[in-house]
Amino acid sequence: MSLIMPKPNESVMARRDEIARALRAIVPGEGVIDQAEELKAYESDGLTAYRQPPMLVVLPETTDQVSKVLAYCKREAVKVVPRGAGTSLSGGALPLADGIVLGLGKFNRVLEIDYDNRCAVVQPGVTNLGITQAVEAEGFYYAPDPSSQIACTIGGNVAENSGGVHCLKYGLTTNNLLGLQVVLMDGTVIRIGGKEMDAPGYDLLGLLTGSEGLLGVVTEVTVRLLPKPSTAKALLLGFPTSEQAGDCVGAIIAAGIIPGGMEMMDKLAIEAAEAFVKAGYPLDVEALLIVELDGPEAEVDHSVEEVARIAAEKGASVSRVSKDDAERQRFWAGRKAAFPAVGQFGPDYYCMDGTIPRKALPEVLERMREMSDKHRLRVANVFHAGDGNLHPLILYDANKGDELQRAEAFGADILTLCVEVGGVLTGEHGVGVEKRDLMGTMFDETDLAVQQKVKCAFDPDGLLNPGKVFPELHRCAELGRMHVQRGQLRFPDIPRF
Amino acid sequence: METATPQDEAELAETLRQASEDARPLEVIARGSKRRFGRPIQVASSLSLAAFSGVSLYEPEELVLSAGAATPMSTIEALLEEHGQMLAFEPADLEPLLSGPRDEARRDSLGGVIACNLAGPRRPKAGAARDHVLGVKGVTGEGARFKTGGRVVKNVTGYDLCKLLSGSFGTLATMTEVTLKVLPRPQKTRTLLFFGHDAGEATALFGAAMGSAYDVSGAAYLPEPLARGSAVDMVAGPGQSVIALRLEGSAPSVAARQAGLSALLAPLARVDEELHAQRSLTFWREVRDCRPFVARAERAIWRLSIPPANAAAMLNALSPAEEDYFLDWAGGLLWLARPEDAAEPIAFGAFLERLGGHAMLVRAGDSLRASLPLFLPEHLELEVLAGRIKDSFDPKRVLNPGRLYAGL
Repeated sequence: MSLIMPKPNESVMARRDEIARALRAIVPGEGVIDQAEELKAYESDGLTAYRQPPMLVVLPETTDQVSKVLAYCKREAVKVVPRGAGTSLSGGALPLADGIVLGLGKFNRVLEIDYDNRCAVVQPGVTNLGITQAVEAEGFYYAPDPSSQIACTIGGNVAENSGGVHCLKYGLTTNNLLGLQVVLMDGTVIRIGGKEMDAPGYDLLGLLTGSEGLLGVVTEVTVRLLPKPSTAKALLLGFPTSEQAGDCVGAIIAAGIIPGGMEMMDKLAIEAAEAFVKAGYPLDVEALLIVELDGPEAEVDHSVEEVARIAAEKGASVSRVSKDDAERQRFWAGRKAAFPAVGQFGPDYYCMDGTIPRKALPEVLERMREMSDKHRLRVANVFHAGDGNLHPLILYDANKGDELQRAEAFGADILTLCVEVGGVLTGEHGVGVEKRDLMGTMFDETDLAVQQKVKCAFDPDGLLNPGKVFPELHRCAELGRMHVQRGQLRFPDIPRF
Repeated sequence: METATPQDEAELAETLRQASEDARPLEVIARGSKRRFGRPIQVASSLSLAAFSGVSLYEPEELVLSAGAATPMSTIEALLEEHGQMLAFEPADLEPLLSGPRDEARRDSLGGVIACNLAGPRRPKAGAARDHVLGVKGVTGEGARFKTGGRVVKNVTGYDLCKLLSGSFGTLATMTEVTLKVLPRPQKTRTLLFFGHDAGEATALFGAAMGSAYDVSGAAYLPEPLARGSAVDMVAGPGQSVIALRLEGSAPSVAARQAGLSALLAPLARVDEELHAQRSLTFWREVRDCRPFVARAERAIWRLSIPPANAAAMLNALSPAEEDYFLDWAGGLLWLARPEDAAEPIAFGAFLERLGGHAMLVRAGDSLRASLPLFLPEHLELEVLAGRIKDSFDPKRVLNPGRLYAGL
């Protein structure tokens, strides 16, 4: 594997047994895992191409234990990798040989549901879907819906600022949080926000959301609950070319309609999905759009008519409106199963996650076709068309020659292209280890130094999830001494790890 | 006062680098409409961002706009209006409140609006200013030029420094360019008015409305003396307190939701009046800009962000006179006019500890602002962290020192 992680601290590894004993004193019972066969279960997250068993796994049950574990690790220079359900697609929870994995799985309780203030206070190990399930009987839901919502935890959602199909209209995790309890690397427990809409001072809530476990460990989350829209209808629109589908997306938004979800699939993805779930997708189109409108019935009906009219104008060859909720679910079934469906063509697939300005879509699809030829690998495209978030699925066979390396190179080319057309490396999966070494395509050294200095404000020793997000590890003292000359940073020749 | 007016980002970086080297603090000014907002700062030099003005990118079909920090909000609003779009967070124009009434268009800047994270009545539905910032270019206190975020909505690449800079009162970095998410303007707006209710009834009504699927985009309560002062005849005329609920969207949607919402709320209160386009606009601007307190020059103006359902309990605890408070954000925002008394905040600080939320001192004389923190209650551990964050951007404390926290 081409990935290089920070060099393990051998003196820490040599003290493994002593560290395990000390951590057991903080988290008694079965809270500390040190057996090789059990540690193996934690060796990777959703990005299974990278594996590394941790030195130890610690499973605390209280905020006080988290605080004591972190304070101990700071004192003893032990690295810490926080982990929720381990569904990260970017390797955010990839362990370190000389570090502990701090699993928050036991923090699995819904602490309070406050319908009057339209919020819920939950522990970080509660699943994303678990929140909605706890409140849906009262007609409420938690809006961000990453496709892994059945398994992924809200703590992980906070760390990754997870999105989902509905974030075009309802925002990402960061737009749906009210408060956090966070433990810093020195063991300090802080509370940010609460049930009120604004928090005072610097926006730590915004900063911590999406910080990929590098700034603190979340031990409690207050989320905003929304009343469930009374109606949802979906349109299934097929187009002879992906350009026309792209135009249609732009025209819908230009008409002032913000759909609850707007998803696009290309021909290969359509074929795979149809073969997998028989959703009734047309097979004679190059691109398929699923447009979901939600809200009060009168509004939905009005918008459905508008969208159908726009689609016809833009040359849709197939246009169907869901007649009932069962049909709406059927429209979605293929899209939701797209990843495993494409996986059938596999045997392996590599899921990418760049975002582009919507108008760049035809160009990006064309260039992706060229890249597919160059790397001799097939690619299927599903994307959140409304917000330009692409999920190209590169098909490869890890057991065949250099296909994995080619898939990685193809992926890097796609992400670099996203940045080139004005987009970004990752829309919702996070940087983690996967896109870490591509950060330089989007940010210059100064941009990254400014971010890393923020890290130093929280974790000056760099013990919390090191090796993620940033392509180079700088000691905080080095960053502090960085000399600014005529607006330019002069970088000493720092070795890459 | 000596003012530096750098003409481009390189000059700005050099100015800040030099100021850091000399440990010479600066007051950062885009258009100067908020110099009396935040704690007063005492410095001999100022830094004008006037050169960073103008819209550099606007693609209506992509819902994105970039503009220099000193771009007048009036310019941005006019441009968006031309294309049937808006800033959904409904940025407040606090200049009349801070500096006295005026007649012409708003004079504040985009940079100021973002630096103070000013959002209006649509806050509960659409989020704060910080939720609409996609990217920022700026220069740190040390003079390092950097960018963060981008121009697309879905972006988790690196730390979200856009949020950290929003609401930082210019104390971390000088923003030179801000990229925003813009949204289509609703085709139709309707505001439902309910007359003669008390704050407890208003809070209950807000709860029922916001907990419904009718998508209410504004929910405010003006006690009788403040309602009388409204420039909107239908609000002032009845001489009674006013609860206002706003519905926005396509015409059929607004009509259907109005019928549904009215029926849902009927057991609690009956709709007495409705405001259409222009009157609705005027009314919500009054609420947004805290117009009811503009003329109350003798009073300190506080803004309490609280759990919305606790508004009535908070009012019971504080028992302000009818002319001294009003509610926005469905009860989540309580505006208070209080005597200029340095000891007094300690009293309501205790209620905030119990009921949740915080208070911000928005307008007061220099001496009161200098003697009080900007936010109550104070949280020591958060201030320690704030100090470390400040050090990571501006270790010599040259940018707006003391404006957000004493000593920072």
